[in-house]
Amino acid sequence: MWKFIHQLASPPHFYRIAQILIPWLAVPGLLLIGYGTYAGLFLAPMDYQQGDAFRIIYVHVPSAYLSMLAYMTMAVSAGIGLIWRIKLSHAVAAAAAPLGAWFTFLALATGSIWGKPMWGTWWEWGDPRLTSELIMLFLYFGYMALRGAIDDTTKADRASAVLALVGAVNVPIIHFSVEWWSSLHQGPTLIKEGGPAMDPGMLYPLLAMILGFTFIFGALLLRRVRAEVLFRERRTRWVKDLVLSGGS
Amino acid sequence: MDFSMGGYGAYVWTCFIMAGVVLVICEWRARLRHRRVYRDIEVRIKALGDS
Repeated sequence: MWKFIHQLASPPHFYRIAQILIPWLAVPGLLLIGYGTYAGLFLAPMDYQQGDAFRIIYVHVPSAYLSMLAYMTMAVSAGIGLIWRIKLSHAVAAAAAPLGAWFTFLALATGSIWGKPMWGTWWEWGDPRLTSELIMLFLYFGYMALRGAIDDTTKADRASAVLALVGAVNVPIIHFSVEWWSSLHQGPTLIKEGGPAMDPGMLYPLLAMILGFTFIFGALLLRRVRAEVLFRERRTRWVKDLVLSGGS
Repeated sequence: MDFSMGGYGAYVWTCFIMAGVVLVICEWRARLRHRRVYRDIEVRIKALGDS
């Protein structure tokens, strides 16, 4: 097991393995999203309170979940890189940040669009879930800006890792905000005592979308990490050999 | 199939289209970044070979 992890942390080995893994994540991801979209839009029964507007959850919930997953990926990788000085970990953290920012933007935008017909407003500053999610978007921007501001990759890795770790405190705040404070946002529906409070006809497409988005996130992350590894290793022998042989 | 989504069509379809666009952008930017890095390395190797 340790030998496998050690091998995987080797940039040339990871670069090759990632290329093989990408289609194995992307294809099931697209199939699950295809099923989830069709079933969520046309097969799932209408919500008795929210009408068809509830169907927005099929993109809002997966993107909100991924915004937090991407942050935890970034923070854990940055932490591993900071403690054990594994170069690949910093590459993973750097690659996760823009993806996390995009999914956070999507969660905020779809949540806002859902809020207009349901709450009568696009945005509510006093709401802890919305505000903490917006803070996460700023944390992603801060992380990327900090990386971009420091030319030395090693220094950029260390400084941004500290920011990523400090910002990780926001993830449980986002998750539990609807329980800790009075919020316009509805309480937990999927992860709660007694199981999900949803009709199976609504639940299965949502689970398919969450799983599909996660697979696609995995594929996108691997693609970005490959580019990051290539950039960081650009002066090494194996990269030179790879390019000279015409490999991708 | 009710494409009007009971009057909420503009909200629902906007969200799904936006999600599709974000996924496409993420894929496109990841490919673009890889291609740019790869090309830079190619150019550098060629320049070193010529000199």
